[in-house]
Amino acid sequence: MIDKFLFLFFAVLMIGSAIMMVTRRNIVHSAVYLITTLLATAGIFLQLKAEFLFVVQIILYVGGIMVLFIFVIMLVNLDVAIRMVQFSRQGFVAGILALVLAVQIFLALWIGRAGLPAPAIHAMPPKNTEAVAEALFQHYMLPFEIASILLLVAMIGAVVMAKRRV
Amino acid sequence: MNAAPVPADWYLLLSLVLFAIGVVGVLVRRNVIIMLMSIELILNAVNINLMAFSRLWADVNGQVFAIFIITDAAAEAAVGLGIILAFFRNRETLLSDEMDLLKW
Amino acid sequence: MSHLIPPAIAPFVVPVICGIVLVAVFPLLAGYIVLLERKLMADMQARLGPMRVGPHGLLQPIADAFKLLIKEDIIPQGADKFMFYVAPLISVTMALVAFSAMPFGPVFQIADLNVGLLFIVAVGSLGIYGIVLGGWSSNSHYSLIGALRSAAQLVSYETAAGLALVSALLLAGSLSMKDIVQAQADQGVWFIFVVPIGFFIYFVSSIAETNRAPFDLPEAESELVAGYMTEYSGFRWALYFLAEYANMVIVAGIATTLFLGGWLRPFPGNHQHLIGTPFELLDALPSLLFLGVALYCLSLVPRQPVQVQKLFMAGVAGACVLLAAVMALTLFPPFDAAREGVHGAFWFMAKVGGYVYTFLWVRFTFPRYRFDQLMRLGWRFLIPLALVNVLVVSASIVVQQNWEWKHPVVSTVVTTAIMLAVAFWLAEEGAKPEPAPQPADGE
Repeated sequence: MIDKFLFLFFAVLMIGSAIMMVTRRNIVHSAVYLITTLLATAGIFLQLKAEFLFVVQIILYVGGIMVLFIFVIMLVNLDVAIRMVQFSRQGFVAGILALVLAVQIFLALWIGRAGLPAPAIHAMPPKNTEAVAEALFQHYMLPFEIASILLLVAMIGAVVMAKRRV
Repeated sequence: MNAAPVPADWYLLLSLVLFAIGVVGVLVRRNVIIMLMSIELILNAVNINLMAFSRLWADVNGQVFAIFIITDAAAEAAVGLGIILAFFRNRETLLSDEMDLLKW
Repeated sequence: MSHLIPPAIAPFVVPVICGIVLVAVFPLLAGYIVLLERKLMADMQARLGPMRVGPHGLLQPIADAFKLLIKEDIIPQGADKFMFYVAPLISVTMALVAFSAMPFGPVFQIADLNVGLLFIVAVGSLGIYGIVLGGWSSNSHYSLIGALRSAAQLVSYETAAGLALVSALLLAGSLSMKDIVQAQADQGVWFIFVVPIGFFIYFVSSIAETNRAPFDLPEAESELVAGYMTEYSGFRWALYFLAEYANMVIVAGIATTLFLGGWLRPFPGNHQHLIGTPFELLDALPSLLFLGVALYCLSLVPRQPVQVQKLFMAGVAGACVLLAAVMALTLFPPFDAAREGVHGAFWFMAKVGGYVYTFLWVRFTFPRYRFDQLMRLGWRFLIPLALVNVLVVSASIVVQQNWEWKHPVVSTVVTTAIMLAVAFWLAEEGAKPEPAPQPADGE
């Protein structure tokens, strides 16, 4: 009962914030709505008993990536952009396409819904952080190292791209 | 507390709706920063999907994959924003319609 | 009594009461930390500080709070009203939410999360939004620049602080705050004596994290008016201020839990008993400390100029004697059950108080860092030092475990020596002048 209530709360918050995010004129408002969407996602992760991903989502996504977004938005703050046309001319076609995609995936899920076992049949390992750490550092060591090199490359790339040419 | 757990299809439906909103955001908005933020929405929808399945089958691999997706999203956001900043310095615009340097 | 509480809400009663106590008591406590800061600043500048309102100025925070509440609420023209309203709320909420995972003693904790430490760090990093959105929504240049500078500073030093915490976590083996203190109790030593450089890095980073001097350029009065807080007046400013002092207590709490042994007394592994008595020698320390303070207050009584102040000093001495009696009473059998809770809370508060006192002390001692010096310190000194610290500590742990090294003191001294060498090398590198920017080739 509490599980369902929590899920509905976070789900409504998430969908509402997402819709607000893609429809605002003011970019900073959009960024704030994305922050609430990401926090609601973190709530869903916690409700799924994945506490490590809950804190990682908040530290990395909300505390890192969104701060980066807000910095860039404030650096390129254009007052004139708020008064321009916000939605592209192909908006209607895009909406139809997205609807078709959604219906397609929904049908796929609907047809296959009998194949999903009942939830919570198996118990998650009680120590979530230790289990994730064990998987990450034993089975997924190579992807971990590659991800760290990717982050290094991204860091260098971002610094080079954003530097002023003196 | 586990007497009436949330059915798995609810999570998949939530992930689908978020994905659709993200796709609409990328296709419909002209401002490239909002397009980037919609891409983050899409990645989050995929994350919710992965986490739901990880809980369903009590498999921690889904969570590890989600961590990698978050890492990739960070890298991509950083580079994307760097490109946007560099472009903004050149052309003073943030609208994707006006980023047409390759055609005349 | 416990049969009166329905079982559905029974696990929530103690946490809710703890939460209510914290949220109700903390603003008053923050006000008195401000008073302490002003008195300390006055003492270091050879003057007296606030003395008018109440004996020795002790009702000053109440007067300040009243003044802030009745001040006119000004919203700048062109400000984004919703963000302007919400930004201080974000700062305060995040600071108070972080209290929920903080253990104020072995008993007084709202929630012992498995990932408690990461939760506090995460919520602390959410507090940045209160600053950035507040600065942006004020529609003023000073606010925006101050907010962006402050946010850049916070984000930079967050990395160094996190890495310093990792070096202590390697020794603790768990992210739960209770388990970290338990690990220090099991190993019989506070972690500051095993990773002192980690503590130093965390100390410096936490001063920068809370925007305190010498890293307070974004909010210094002589620099950017008041940075992101420029346009906030009255109660909204009070909320920002409350958030800043709450952040100070939180970083003090984290440092105390990880490095200073949490609620453990000094020498937690030493169980020597006072001869002939059932309690341990070192457990008598709180009572002795309070008695010492009481005697000092009594010795100050004849020197007070006014009768009211004489009575007040005598009252303080009496209160200290009472507390000493409470501490001593919990050592004896009928009240033995409360001993761990009461003494633990005392030691935790004492350590947090000492850490906050050092923050205040540092504020009036060092000159302010310029912003580029601040960023250089964070990125080019503290982060490499913290990274090397993690490497060296983990190498030391691996060596100790695999080769069964039995002399922890030697390994501590060796790792500290290596870290000091690296720190001095980094400082040398930083002191060299920057090479002149080369003209870009072929651009």
